Amino acid sequence: MISAQGLAKSFGGVRAVRAVTLRAEDGAITGLLGPNGAGKSTTLRMLCTVLAPDAGEAWIDAAHTVRDSLEARRRLGMLTHDSGLYPHLTARENILYFAQLHGMGRAARERRADELIEWLEMGGFAGRRAKGYSQGQRIKTALARALVHSPRNVLLDEPTNGLDVMAVRNLRVLLQRLRAAGHCVLFSSHVMQEVSGLCDVVFVLARGEVVAQGTPDALRAATGCASLEDAFVKLIGTDEGLG
Amino acid sequence: MSPIGTVWRKEVRESLRDRRTLVSALLFGPLFGPLILAAALQFLVQRTADEADQRLEIAVRHAERAPNLVTWLEARSVVVTPVELDDAATRRAVRERTHPLVLSIPEDFGERLAGARPALLQLYSDAAGGRADRNAARTRMLVAQYGASIGRLRLLARGVDPLLTAPLAVQDIDVSTPQSRSVTVLGMLSYLLLLAMILGGLYLAIDATAGERERHSLEPLLTTPVPRAQLIHGKILAATTFMIVSLTLTAIACAVALRFVALENFGMSAHLDAAVVLKIILVTAPLAPAAAGLMTVVASFTRSYREAQTWLGVVMLVPTLPIAFVGLAELQPSLAFAAVPSLGQHFLITSLLRGAALEPSHVLVSVMASLALGAVLAWIAGRLYHRESLLG
Repeated sequence: MISAQGLAKSFGGVRAVRAVTLRAEDGAITGLLGPNGAGKSTTLRMLCTVLAPDAGEAWIDAAHTVRDSLEARRRLGMLTHDSGLYPHLTARENILYFAQLHGMGRAARERRADELIEWLEMGGFAGRRAKGYSQGQRIKTALARALVHSPRNVLLDEPTNGLDVMAVRNLRVLLQRLRAAGHCVLFSSHVMQEVSGLCDVVFVLARGEVVAQGTPDALRAATGCASLEDAFVKLIGTDEGLG
Repeated sequence: MSPIGTVWRKEVRESLRDRRTLVSALLFGPLFGPLILAAALQFLVQRTADEADQRLEIAVRHAERAPNLVTWLEARSVVVTPVELDDAATRRAVRERTHPLVLSIPEDFGERLAGARPALLQLYSDAAGGRADRNAARTRMLVAQYGASIGRLRLLARGVDPLLTAPLAVQDIDVSTPQSRSVTVLGMLSYLLLLAMILGGLYLAIDATAGERERHSLEPLLTTPVPRAQLIHGKILAATTFMIVSLTLTAIACAVALRFVALENFGMSAHLDAAVVLKIILVTAPLAPAAAGLMTVVASFTRSYREAQTWLGVVMLVPTLPIAFVGLAELQPSLAFAAVPSLGQHFLITSLLRGAALEPSHVLVSVMASLALGAVLAWIAGRLYHRESLLG
């Protein structure tokens, strides 16, 4: 479970996040929907302890993201905006490096790497160096790396960026399988269809604030719009592009 | 394995697969270091040897006015060329190097000599040209010797002991050994070793910090349950490892290369057997953590790989500055200097090359001071990794 209370963060004079309060339950997929620059990435970075909030607090399960950041990090897996692989290491070595940083023993991390490579169907490229990977292969490797310590909570920052249709479908299936296994999945996106089809709960972010929240159906009902896209445009105001 | 060890292993493994890092660590220093050293030494030895053997050539205006002087000079292997030039032509000839040295004998030379009055000679030379200047000094010395011999004859002719005019005499006793003479020349070895050492870890330091950020692999790394300071300490340790490897290879390569330089022909010898090479590596290696720390701290401030490269290209010269300063100021080793990282190493290396025994207190102070600086820089790097602007 991930929860945040009044998170705020400024960079220089720019208030990237003003007041974000949210809650993502176990066994559910929670969406963070908003246009570019709405503060999605900054919010996720605060949740995964990379950034410290200026105000507000957040917890990963019961672990406070600032006071108990090491425990919080043990409980989360983060798929960052850019996959950020080490080009001179193979996919398998990339995964094993993170497993080791998570303090897993040799046998445990080898077993877990095999498991993830099979689960994500990475067998064809796991032994090759990451230098020439396709976007889909990069995302799979990064996802395996984020899941290597079997975290209860999984955060994904725009995971479908740059993926082709088939890869997006595969990712959707993966997220549903994580939900079925009882994980708490929180992902950000600016793509409507993704969110409406996949999420149990949606938080709509605009100008660094949560402007609406609820199930996709509830959002449609509340705004009186037939499609979530219309509801979204209505919620964030039309002056802001959807990128 | 501690997270520091995990990071160290991964950085070393990745760098071994990266051609750029590998070339700078294992090829640049070990290959070009000895080549530069051997070429420079060969050049120096050659030049000095040339000068000693070189015959002095003097053009003499109106040689017929001083036949005895010319005979005396020729007896001392001086090549005398009689020339017929006026004053202006002589000046031009000296400037244009057709005759770099011209000795002019005035018309009244014989007359003044016979009358026991100082006979004036004019020596044209160009003080702006290095070698001509030295030749002019040799000429002056020869002429003075000739003059002194005439003076002694005059005294004898008057029944006076010529020794009366020499109340003092100085005898030069040169205590330098062939080894100590060569040290001035070999001083550049410590310079080369430090440079090669730093270069060995330079790309790893950049890659592990600015490179990691540029590839966006830093953010996922920061979400692992490892304190940030431990991550950066693992990286510094990896850079240190590469520096020590580069230092070791370069020291061995230099020792091998020096065997091919004809130092002995010039009465110099380098004290560079296996034991000395090992000691040189051992006294220099403690500087590696400080160098790696410095590179990492600077690279942490930069925004991109390219920017880091630019900065570190300048910063890598910092540790070599004290050595250049020593060369200019001709400082002598002392305990205080031993405490200055890189300067301490320079003096220790020089002592070893000279074949002198190491002062244990100097070794201890140098090692401790360098390691302490390394610890301070590692701590600073750890602090820097807590800055949020690190993510860019």
